[in-house]
Amino acid sequence: MKKYSLNVLLVVFAVGLLVAAHFRFIDSYIQIVVMTIGINIMMSTSLNLVNGNMGEFTCGHAAFMCVGAYISSVLSVFCFGTKFGDPLLPAASVLIVFPLILLIGGAVAAVSSLLVSVPSFKTRDDYLAIISIAVNYMIISALENMDFIGGSRGFQGMKDTVWAMIDIFDGPWMLFWVIFFTTLTVWVIRRFITSTYGKGVNAICQDETAAEIMSVNTNKIKIINFMIAAGLAGCAGGLYAHIIGYVNPQSFNILKSTEALVMVYLGGMGSLSGAIISAILFTGLLEVLRSQALIDGLLSPFTLVFPDWEPSAGVIKWVMIPLLLVIVMQFRPEGIMGNRELSDVFPWLKKFYRFK
Amino acid sequence: MMTELVTETESTPVLEIRGLTQRFGGLTAVKDFNVKLTPGEMTGLIGPNGAGKTTVFNLVSGFYQPTEGEILVNSVATAGLRPHKVTALGVARTFQNIRLWNDMTVLDNIRVAQHYRLGYGFFHAVLRNRRYKTREAEIAKEAADLLDVFDLKRYAEELPKNLPYGTQRKLEIARALSSHPRLLLLDEPAAGLNSADVKELIRLVRWIHETFDVTIWMIEHHMDVMMELCNHIKVIDFGETIAEGNPQQIRNNQAVITAYLGDENI
Repeated sequence: MKKYSLNVLLVVFAVGLLVAAHFRFIDSYIQIVVMTIGINIMMSTSLNLVNGNMGEFTCGHAAFMCVGAYISSVLSVFCFGTKFGDPLLPAASVLIVFPLILLIGGAVAAVSSLLVSVPSFKTRDDYLAIISIAVNYMIISALENMDFIGGSRGFQGMKDTVWAMIDIFDGPWMLFWVIFFTTLTVWVIRRFITSTYGKGVNAICQDETAAEIMSVNTNKIKIINFMIAAGLAGCAGGLYAHIIGYVNPQSFNILKSTEALVMVYLGGMGSLSGAIISAILFTGLLEVLRSQALIDGLLSPFTLVFPDWEPSAGVIKWVMIPLLLVIVMQFRPEGIMGNRELSDVFPWLKKFYRFK
Repeated sequence: MMTELVTETESTPVLEIRGLTQRFGGLTAVKDFNVKLTPGEMTGLIGPNGAGKTTVFNLVSGFYQPTEGEILVNSVATAGLRPHKVTALGVARTFQNIRLWNDMTVLDNIRVAQHYRLGYGFFHAVLRNRRYKTREAEIAKEAADLLDVFDLKRYAEELPKNLPYGTQRKLEIARALSSHPRLLLLDEPAAGLNSADVKELIRLVRWIHETFDVTIWMIEHHMDVMMELCNHIKVIDFGETIAEGNPQQIRNNQAVITAYLGDENI
C-alpha cells in the first residue's frame, strides 16, 4: 500500500487544486501561475529528453511549442470558433475533441522535429545547436508571413473552445487539462526512458559509435526521441494558446527556447525529477520577483546610493534570474540534481512509489 | 534434404572477404584483401602500426563502405548496410580503446546491446503491455545469466567507469557476446593489460571460443597471445597482405620480420 502513496498524494493534490479553483478558494492569478508551472514542466522535461538524456545540444525547443500552439489554435477555431464561419462541430463534443486537438497539434510538432532530427544523423554539438536555432527562426518567420492566420499580428479566437467547455460545466477546465497533460508528459517520458528501448537514447549520449555497433539503430532512436520531445512541447504550446487565448509567433522566439534551456540546465542534465523541480522553482521565482516591493527591498542599498534610480521589477527580474543561473552554474555546474533522480539522492523515497 | 541443408550452413564461411580495397583520398588503406573464415576458427590479424588492421575491422562492421570488393557475412553481402544491421547479421566487436557506456550500470550495458531483437517499440514501452513485460523479463534474465557466466554478477549495479581496467575489457567482450554473434572481432583485447591480465585474457578468449560456439578474429600486438590462441595468422603491411600461415611459419617469415624490424641492409 505504501508504494502507492506518491500516486495517491498526487491525485489528492490535483483534486484539491481543482476543487479549490472551482469554489474560488484560489484566485485566477494563482491558477495562472499553477498552469504556467505545468506548461513549464512539460517544456523542461521534454527538452531534457534531447539535451539531457541524448546529450544533443538543441536550443530551438520553442519552435515545436509554436507549431503545436498554432495547429491546435487553428483547429480549435475551425471546430468551435466563429472566426472562420460557423463551428464545424457541435459544442457538446468539445470535451472529447479538445484533447484530440491538442494531440494533433503535438503530432504535427513531432513531424516538424524532423527538420532537426534528420540533420542530427550527421552533426552534433554546436552545429546541431545552430541548426535548431535556424529551425526556430524558420518556423516563426513562416508563421509571421501567413496572413490568413494573422501573421505577425497573432491569432485569437481559441477562447470560444474554453467557453464551450464552461457552458457544459462551469469549472476550471484549463487547469484540469494542464494537470492532465503534465501528468501524461511525465508518465510517457518516465516509461520511455526507463525501458531498454529508451535506454538506447542514453547509449547514444555516452558513446554513439558503441551504440551503433551494439545494434542500436541510432538514426531511428534519434528520430523517435526528437519526435516525443517535440510532440510533448507541441501539446504544451496548445495548452498555452488556449490559456492565454492569443498566440503570436514572437512569443515562441529564442527567448522562450532559452527559458526551457535554463530550466533543463538548472535541474540537471538527464534528471527527470530535476527538470520538474527546476520548472517549479524557475516559474515560482519569476512570479515572486514580479513583486515591486520585494525588488525595492532587495535593491535598497543601491537606491540609497543612487536615489534617482527607480528600478522596475519587470526589468530587474531579468537581471536577477540570469544572475542566479550564473551563480548556480559556478557552484553547482551539474545543476540541482546532476544526472541523478530524486530517489537516488534520497533512497528512502523509493518505499513510497512504484513506477511500472 | 534436411541434413544436407545443415551441413551446407555448417560449411559456409562465417565471413568471406573478396578483393577488398579501401581508399581514403589518395591513401590506399587496404588493398586487395581476401579472407575466408570457416565456423569455429580462431584467426589472427597482425601488422605494424598503421597497416590497416582496424580499417579492415571497420569495413567488416559496416563503419566504412568499401571502395572495391565485397564482404559476405554468413553469405549475405553487407554492402550498404549500416553497422547495427551488420551486428544483427551476427558480427560483434570490441574496440581498441574500451567503449562501454560509462554512466549506465553494467547490467544495462548488456541489456541495451539486445536492441536488434527487442521485439517491441515505443508504444509497447509506454503502455507496458504484456509483450513489453515478457520481453523485458527475458532480456533481464539473459543479461543476468551472462554476467553470472562471466563472473561479473557482483558488479551488476556498478558503473563500468568504476571497474578495474581488466574487468572493463572483460565486460566489453561480454557485452559483444550478449548479441549472440557468430563472428567476434577483437580489436587488440590485450592493449593496456599487464602480464597477469594478459594470461587471464588468453584463458578467457579460449574459454569463450569453446563455450559460445563463435568464430573469433582478432587483432593483437602481443605475439605471445597470438601464438597461444590462433591457428592461423594473416599479416598485413601498408594495406597489403604480406604473409599468412600458422604461428610458426609467421614467426620465421622473412617478409614479416622485415616489416616489423626493418631491413638489415639499411
